[in-house]
Amino acid sequence: MEKTLDEFEIGDVGVVRRVGGEGKIKRRLFDMGITPGAEVLMRKRAPLGDPIEITIRGYELTLRKSEAACVTMEVKG
Amino acid sequence: MKRFALAGNPNCGKTTLFNGLTGSTAHVGNWPGVTVDKRDGVYKKTPEPVAIVDLPGIYSLSPYTPEEVIARNYILDEKPDCVINIVDATNLERNLYLTTQILEIDVPMVIALNMMDEVEKAGDKIDAELLSSRLGVPVVKISALKENGLKDLMETAYASSMKERVGKTVLEESSLAHLIGDVRIALKGQGVKDPLFHAVKLVENDSIEVEMHKETVPMIDEFKATFEDDIFGDDFEALVADARYKYISEYFAPALSKKMREKFAMSRSDKADKVLTHKVWGIPIFLVILFAIFHLTFSEDFLYLGAIFKLPTLEDLGLLTEDGDPINYGVRLLACIYDGAVFSPGVIINNIWNDMLVGELFGWLGGLVESSSMAPWAVGLINNGIFEGIASVFSFLPQILVLFLFFSILEDSGYMARIAFILDRMFRRFGLSGRAFMPMIMGFGCSVPAMINTRTLADDKERTATVRVIPFFSCGAKLPILTAVAGAIVAYFGIGNADVITFGMYLLGIVTAIVAVLLMRSTTLKGETPPFIMELPAYHAPQFKNLMAHLWDKTKHFVKKAFTIILASTIVIWFLTHFSFNWHFLEDEAINESILAGISQLVQPLFTPLGFGSQLGQYGWVFVVAAVAGLIAKENVIATFATLASCLVAMANLNIGGLDLAAEEGIDAVQAMILATGISVPALIAFIAFNMTTIPCFAAVGTAKAELGDKKRFNGTLIFWIASSYVISAMVYTIGSWWWTTFIWAAVAAAVTCFIIFRNKRGVKIKAV
Repeated sequence: MEKTLDEFEIGDVGVVRRVGGEGKIKRRLFDMGITPGAEVLMRKRAPLGDPIEITIRGYELTLRKSEAACVTMEVKG
Repeated sequence: MKRFALAGNPNCGKTTLFNGLTGSTAHVGNWPGVTVDKRDGVYKKTPEPVAIVDLPGIYSLSPYTPEEVIARNYILDEKPDCVINIVDATNLERNLYLTTQILEIDVPMVIALNMMDEVEKAGDKIDAELLSSRLGVPVVKISALKENGLKDLMETAYASSMKERVGKTVLEESSLAHLIGDVRIALKGQGVKDPLFHAVKLVENDSIEVEMHKETVPMIDEFKATFEDDIFGDDFEALVADARYKYISEYFAPALSKKMREKFAMSRSDKADKVLTHKVWGIPIFLVILFAIFHLTFSEDFLYLGAIFKLPTLEDLGLLTEDGDPINYGVRLLACIYDGAVFSPGVIINNIWNDMLVGELFGWLGGLVESSSMAPWAVGLINNGIFEGIASVFSFLPQILVLFLFFSILEDSGYMARIAFILDRMFRRFGLSGRAFMPMIMGFGCSVPAMINTRTLADDKERTATVRVIPFFSCGAKLPILTAVAGAIVAYFGIGNADVITFGMYLLGIVTAIVAVLLMRSTTLKGETPPFIMELPAYHAPQFKNLMAHLWDKTKHFVKKAFTIILASTIVIWFLTHFSFNWHFLEDEAINESILAGISQLVQPLFTPLGFGSQLGQYGWVFVVAAVAGLIAKENVIATFATLASCLVAMANLNIGGLDLAAEEGIDAVQAMILATGISVPALIAFIAFNMTTIPCFAAVGTAKAELGDKKRFNGTLIFWIASSYVISAMVYTIGSWWWTTFIWAAVAAAVTCFIIFRNKRGVKIKAV
């Protein structure tokens, strides 16, 4: 099943399929390791609901929901 | 001298390594034109001394952030003799991503595999030899923290720097290999240096490269037209990034077993984060930490012990003489720590520094000058101009450093990133990111470190907007103005409550800052809300050595300023206040004949809409003089009040009753000025508002200039400060004097808002078409 990363619930695990978005944001997502095939664990939301925190390639990354919406995921399990 | 550059991700231990290598030789400077720290120092244990250059922490060599462009240009243009790439072994995948990019440049390179001890402690292994043979560069295991392996690292780097190295790419195993190879050959034919690096970046459509090699682009597009990828189509940027990560995970990820990786990820951050970014408790905990920092630094009643237990003052204890001086040296020392309440550590350090050290030193120096046979004007210049100026700047130092120490701890421990995480949502409304919070809140302490802290903001416009509003977060030096004027209003007019006025003014500052940011972000500093894609580094205990290095940097920065711009400006102001237009030296009491008074009388009408201009009659210029003196340092405002009040009393023949003009808080001096000028309450409040929102002290102006870099931005900032203070004070004065003017101001605000919205909407429409 495909979902965008911003639709993930806490504890969801998935694999990155595609990354969209405008140049600067897309490049930043790539540089931080969000490339097709990478495994992502959704960890938590900030107290005000946004941004979110994920684990990718063994480290913690935070990004806004609007940025996470650029990442299409294949949900696992 | 050979130059080695340190490059690596943020939080990979780069600063620790830098400090370990260079010891105390490091010094801070600014990059030409750009305002990111460049630090360099010297390593002496190689056969010849080597200069170590610390590049900004980066994740990639993309053209999007200033740090990345700086690092990239440094390696390409300045060609260091060797690049030492620090790699965090506990986070190999992402760290090696940068490595694969530096590898493509024709420069000698050594990989420093840091934090290997942590990996080994967890019972895991990384095959350094595999890494070295795959990438074709030496790999040295180090622990920057324990200073293990540094000698080995430097010897390897030194040996590498003797040989040239040709760039190598990990993309040669990908589908892009042919395309990159063709472009590289074409560039090499043109005599381009580092052809491989430029070839890869050109294939990526990197904006800087496309600009640099315009004539080659059509040819590359031709090459590219023959290329087709199933997944990415013609998105070459994605293709390259993907190929790099694929290569890394194929060869090196197995080196760190997956189980271990998860263990790292969980254990390091999880426990602390469960509490610190908790859904409900995250924000309250943050507020408590923030309050604690300010309490520890500035509070004169530590833990409110004095208020709770109604502790006696030194006077109650009979430890003071009739003049209010301590009876002996021991009591003087005690007075630094206690007087009716225990002081907070920040205040204690401040008192000892100012009362015991700086005060003594300059008192002694002043005595020497006074007893010499110099002309009275020279004595005045040295004692009141130079010494007092330097002393007043030095007097800030301890509290700024204490505040800075706390913020450094937050930064080094990894909590600062979590604060940004917690607050981003709130700040986005104003077109800023969560990272803008820290510099703003630091502004309540002192604008100087706050402005320096804006370096953590990636977006240039966001930085400018933040630097501009920092002075609105009323700093410690503005508090005396508030207490003096508010105190005088209560004492003289018998209305209101001094605390309410003070609190209200702080609030006014915050509201002004918010409105100003909104206004700037929708007009002159328009831009998208900067992205917020940020690593949350693992928590770790801050290193004492690193903290001290931070503080030492800060101190040097500050002292340098004290002896240059601030010293020069105090001398100028001293001349303007102590000389008349016909170059006669004036005593303090004759300030009304001074050049500054003359100028102030001239510009006095300008301040009429603010309530302290022409309507105050012949003595009204005193408020203008005080405000101008405040541009040097805000403490000058109250000091000037004291001097001016005594002149006024003498000139106007006032009956001041029991007022003590020299009293420290300045409340009585302000009352005398009210008596002489007949200034109204709204005008007094407008005066405070003006001082709070106008051009801050010289130290802050100098810092803003250095941080903004761009001259046009800096001039714009000065105009912005003048304009906002003028508008705010005029608003305070007119609304306070004539309540119905509220409607006029509201109408103006509404009109401005409509105009901006309308203009921006139209702008979007044009763009859309």
